[in-house]
Amino acid sequence: MSNEPTLWGLAASGILVAVAVGISLWRRLGLERSMLWASLRALVQLLLIGSALELIIDPARPLLLSWAWVVLMLLFAGWTSHRRAPEVPGAFVLSLAAYSTSCVVSLGVLFGFSIFPVEGRTVVPLAGMVIGNSLASTVLVGRRIISELDEKRDEVEARLALGMTSTEAGQPYLRAAVRTALIPQVETTKAVGIVFLPGAMVGLILAGAEPLSAVRVQLAVMYLILGSVATTTSVVALGLSRRLFTSDHRLVRVSSPAT
Amino acid sequence: MPPAPAVPLFTFDDVWLRAEDRDILRGVTTTIPAEGITVIRGASGSGKSTLLRLCNRLEVPTSGRILFRTEDLLSIDPVQLRRRVGMVFQRPTPFPGTVLENLLAAAPMTPEQAERQLDRVGLPADFLERDALTLSGGESQRMCLARTLATGCEVLLADEITSALDPEATARLEQLGKELSASGTSVLWVTHDDEQADRMADHLIRIEGGRVVE
Repeated sequence: MSNEPTLWGLAASGILVAVAVGISLWRRLGLERSMLWASLRALVQLLLIGSALELIIDPARPLLLSWAWVVLMLLFAGWTSHRRAPEVPGAFVLSLAAYSTSCVVSLGVLFGFSIFPVEGRTVVPLAGMVIGNSLASTVLVGRRIISELDEKRDEVEARLALGMTSTEAGQPYLRAAVRTALIPQVETTKAVGIVFLPGAMVGLILAGAEPLSAVRVQLAVMYLILGSVATTTSVVALGLSRRLFTSDHRLVRVSSPAT
Repeated sequence: MPPAPAVPLFTFDDVWLRAEDRDILRGVTTTIPAEGITVIRGASGSGKSTLLRLCNRLEVPTSGRILFRTEDLLSIDPVQLRRRVGMVFQRPTPFPGTVLENLLAAAPMTPEQAERQLDRVGLPADFLERDALTLSGGESQRMCLARTLATGCEVLLADEITSALDPEATARLEQLGKELSASGTSVLWVTHDDEQADRMADHLIRIEGGRVVE
């Protein structure tokens, strides 16, 4: 990587933070402290994670360390989902199962077809892409299912009262929730290259990679994200439908948040 | 084989139901006859809707036993039970789509059969292609009744089905309830309206504070 910024260059890029702070002062947005704090946090967090990754993905170290890191990421993501969507029953276990399934499927394809080699350098970042990009949609689909089934409780019970099974009665609402969570990712995939250049590709080009090889990596990453978001949201929807209906096809009462 | 006339439709034996830290039903013991219209009357929050929802297993008792004719209700497959014991809810519950699609959600049928189902509740055939979500309250509730009857149920549970309707639509649904009863369908009619209870009831159950008092 020949084009990486020097420490001096990095410090100079801080001028852009100063520009943002200047705008906040000028327009009296009251965001100066938040901007400085966010920029400082990003600096410290990324330096810490960078140092940790240096240690973990070092080819001299056992690959097991990278997989242990992935497990930690999974646990943290499960906990984050639980924290962001406390109204979703069993959110920790459910999202942990969803992220794990997604990692197995997505990484299974990428490594199984030798699209990327199995190395610490690939395992940790790719798992990070799977989990990080699925997090928002997992929380969204969980919250959406809860609010749909709560708001349309009468309608769902009317379906059950017609003799539908809980799977049949819940299907329209689960489908709507999964669609809502997936559509932004589909739109992003469509707009890539026209409306915006994605981060991984920009990073590779800035670091000196050939644009077309950066595109190949980026495409694999985009497909990875699309596949993982579809897998996680489906697992969450399936898991939640089992929790929200009893085995004798009754709808459990779970209140959605007041918001 | 048709049941013996003396066998009640539902038998409640010391039925308790506790939910959200509250006893909603407190030792209900009563029978509901198979013939005619049984009105379950009570104030809001008295437990009358819960009693009705127990009949098609949208709720299950915390303790006690319920018989449907001679069978323990909990021993019957709930999906099968709900096709025998249909229910119409307090607020109309149209599903997104046309009236025909709503009827098809209950049972497969030809457009001609669907027209006959609408005719049973006094709705014209050209309603089949109407968007179900655009019907008036009364029309929508009658469509919901037609949808429930399309399952071929032998019992109709009506949970305050006229409470959101104007007097004209209410009178129509009351008439439909009586016609159904006359044609052999057992009807359980829940209401908080004493005058409606007097108009409808062949048998009356009054419930207060989760207990049957009459």
